Amino acid sequence: MRYFGLILAFICALPAYAVQPSEVLNDPVLEGRAREISKDLRCLVCRNENIDESNALLAQDLRILVRERLVAGDTDAEVIDFVVARYGEYVLLNPTVLGANRLLWIAGPVMLFTALGLVAVFIRRRQTEDALDELSDQEIKRLEKILKQ
Amino acid sequence: MLVELGHFALILAFFVAIVQTVVPLIGAQSGRRVLMDFAAPAALVQFVLVSFSFAALTYAFVLSDFSVKLVVENSHTLKPMLYKIAGVWGNHEGSMLLWILILALFGAAAAVYGGNLPSTLKARVIAIQGSIGVAFLAFTLFTSNPFTRLARPPMDGQDLNPLLQDPGLAFHPPFLYLGYVGLSMTFSFAVAALLEGRVDAAWGRWVRPWTLAAWVFLTIGIALGSWWAYYELGWGGFWFWDPVENASFMPWLFAAALLHSAIVVEKRETLKSWTILLAILAFGFSLIGTFLVRSGVITSVHAFANDPERGLFILMILGVFMGGALILFSLRAAAMEAKGVFALASRETALIINNILLAVAAFVVFIGTIWPLIAEAFWDRKLSVGPPFFDAAFTPFFTALAVILPIGAMMPWKRAKIGTALRKLLPSVILSVAILALIYVIQTGKSLLGPIGLSLGVWLVAGATQDILSKLGKTRDWSRLLRLPRADWGRLLAHGGLGITIAGIAGLTAWTIEDIRVMKIGESFEIAGYNLVLDNVSRKQGPNYITTMADISLFKDETKLATLHPEKRNYPVAQMPTTEAGIDSGFLRDVYVVIGDVQDGGGWAVRTYIKPLANWIWGGTIIMALGGLMSLTDRRYRVAAGARRAKRPLKGVPAE
Repeated sequence: MRYFGLILAFICALPAYAVQPSEVLNDPVLEGRAREISKDLRCLVCRNENIDESNALLAQDLRILVRERLVAGDTDAEVIDFVVARYGEYVLLNPTVLGANRLLWIAGPVMLFTALGLVAVFIRRRQTEDALDELSDQEIKRLEKILKQ
Repeated sequence: MLVELGHFALILAFFVAIVQTVVPLIGAQSGRRVLMDFAAPAALVQFVLVSFSFAALTYAFVLSDFSVKLVVENSHTLKPMLYKIAGVWGNHEGSMLLWILILALFGAAAAVYGGNLPSTLKARVIAIQGSIGVAFLAFTLFTSNPFTRLARPPMDGQDLNPLLQDPGLAFHPPFLYLGYVGLSMTFSFAVAALLEGRVDAAWGRWVRPWTLAAWVFLTIGIALGSWWAYYELGWGGFWFWDPVENASFMPWLFAAALLHSAIVVEKRETLKSWTILLAILAFGFSLIGTFLVRSGVITSVHAFANDPERGLFILMILGVFMGGALILFSLRAAAMEAKGVFALASRETALIINNILLAVAAFVVFIGTIWPLIAEAFWDRKLSVGPPFFDAAFTPFFTALAVILPIGAMMPWKRAKIGTALRKLLPSVILSVAILALIYVIQTGKSLLGPIGLSLGVWLVAGATQDILSKLGKTRDWSRLLRLPRADWGRLLAHGGLGITIAGIAGLTAWTIEDIRVMKIGESFEIAGYNLVLDNVSRKQGPNYITTMADISLFKDETKLATLHPEKRNYPVAQMPTTEAGIDSGFLRDVYVVIGDVQDGGGWAVRTYIKPLANWIWGGTIIMALGGLMSLTDRRYRVAAGARRAKRPLKGVPAE
């Protein structure tokens, strides 16, 4: 099952090479920023790979583009905006928190709290139905009677 | 001829599966023993027929029978035997046949080992299992026939995808399918119980081994796939949150939840309807995974061939089984009243929280996986949901789970005091906090991921160890440990293994060091205290590939540790290159070297990684799976066998 997907997923990454030595910037700080940005940008012709890992030519173009913008003095956000303006929202691996995407981001926490609420009600109800193993006054009296005998 | 017989056997199996479904169900409903007794033999016959069919296809692959279309598309005469056989399931049609084979295997296992089940429950379980068989046999026969012949057979085949010609990946699908399909068994038990209208402790005990087995197989299957991705894909990633990976991860999370809630049913006769629902959902997510992967809805953004007809068929199977089971559930769940009562602080509550966290985590993975589809359908937004989302949205739930786990495992049933459990765990608490502080100070200025992950790992391992030591009570009688139920040992291994995996993931993610450079022969460089020398690069001929292999010597403090041989292979028939990383595996770190293209100015591109704790990830997973196996062999699942033996009339032993 995963299998077919993996073939598809990695077909454009096959020759193992992502960032080429020639692409690497001399300034380690800028290069570090480029790598971080690359991790959030999708290779558009691959299935689920960021441009940092992809071997596709388009990904290489994007990597070089990101580095050019950084060298030109853009902030990280400006670089990402620049790429999104050209390739659309699809290029972002980290979905934005805009519009309907809010649903995506809050889905987990909402479900967690709903479930916790339901469980709290369930346990509360079960506790009142039976008073657990605590004995009622009547039972204690009966028990004492039996013990005295 | 044999190929046609295989096809014919598959058609026969389809009809047998129909009988296996219909007759025992009628029998169980009307209480007629004769009809119910059809179940077991039908399941066995179906298994024999499907086995024959599978053997026929395997034979065609082994012999390289190029009149069969599937063999042509996925095999080659020069391919090593292992991959000729693995080629049987290295494609859609053949893997469907493997899926059906395992489905029939589980049905047959229920027929053979179901002797201690009440007759109506046994008949229904086998019948439901048969109905799943009917659906998938129909799917295979009508949309994905593996036995299609070619009018003009070619001289040789097109070779299996070279990426799949790897030992790790050869065994990855069978394990994964044993897991997915194993969950069909718990599904059958759940639906049968709904039809019976009865769930009791005995049901919990029957269902748990099947769930455990499915979970163990899924764990091994996922670990194999992840390990393969690590060494084969060339940058040492181990998990990509790819939709197909998620398709296997969601059932794993549900199976983990299910095997915990089944304990509550077994020991305390409560959480029954929730457990039934989980059993239905776990298999449901197996089917959803199948749908996502094989229909191509998720990959449709890409130009790879996919088949909407197959997708529609699987969607129908999903709809019928999930819809049917959930309707039945809504009608019958109310009848399943809980018996055991428990206080807010108790092991029951801890296990409920475990279930909630696992289910919510699975839900987050699910919504992230299908969100691109939803966003496009409803808001016309083309967007991606990638690893950054999953890392952020999934990790908190799993972290919470790991924090709570040792405390919950320490709490007694019915009523507990959190304070008491924490006091018992004080040594573990101190140890993990100390590790957290220590690593935080040592690493200075890096992310919190490393310290937190390692501290959680220590917390889980130490907590699990304290848990089993607490069974000693006040005595110092160590031999008592050996007499503990195997389930206790299983718990230690499974929970400890999880801790090791978490530590491994954190270490690898937080502290990987990377280096990219151009190297000429004879050149050397230093990375993280290691010295690497490129000694040689040569071209060699493999059985069905040509390789460019580098010899790289790895030194530490002038001592030679190893010679690594990263390769770049080219498979001329499939026209695809692959990489083989050169890895020096160690307990605390892997040195991972990949050789790249020849550079214009001479020399080769060489990429090196130091990957701390890499092997802990898979080591931990294997320990988890071992824990599952230990639990599976626990005495209480073998009592049935013992009871059968005891039934034999005892011969009187004459007194002396």
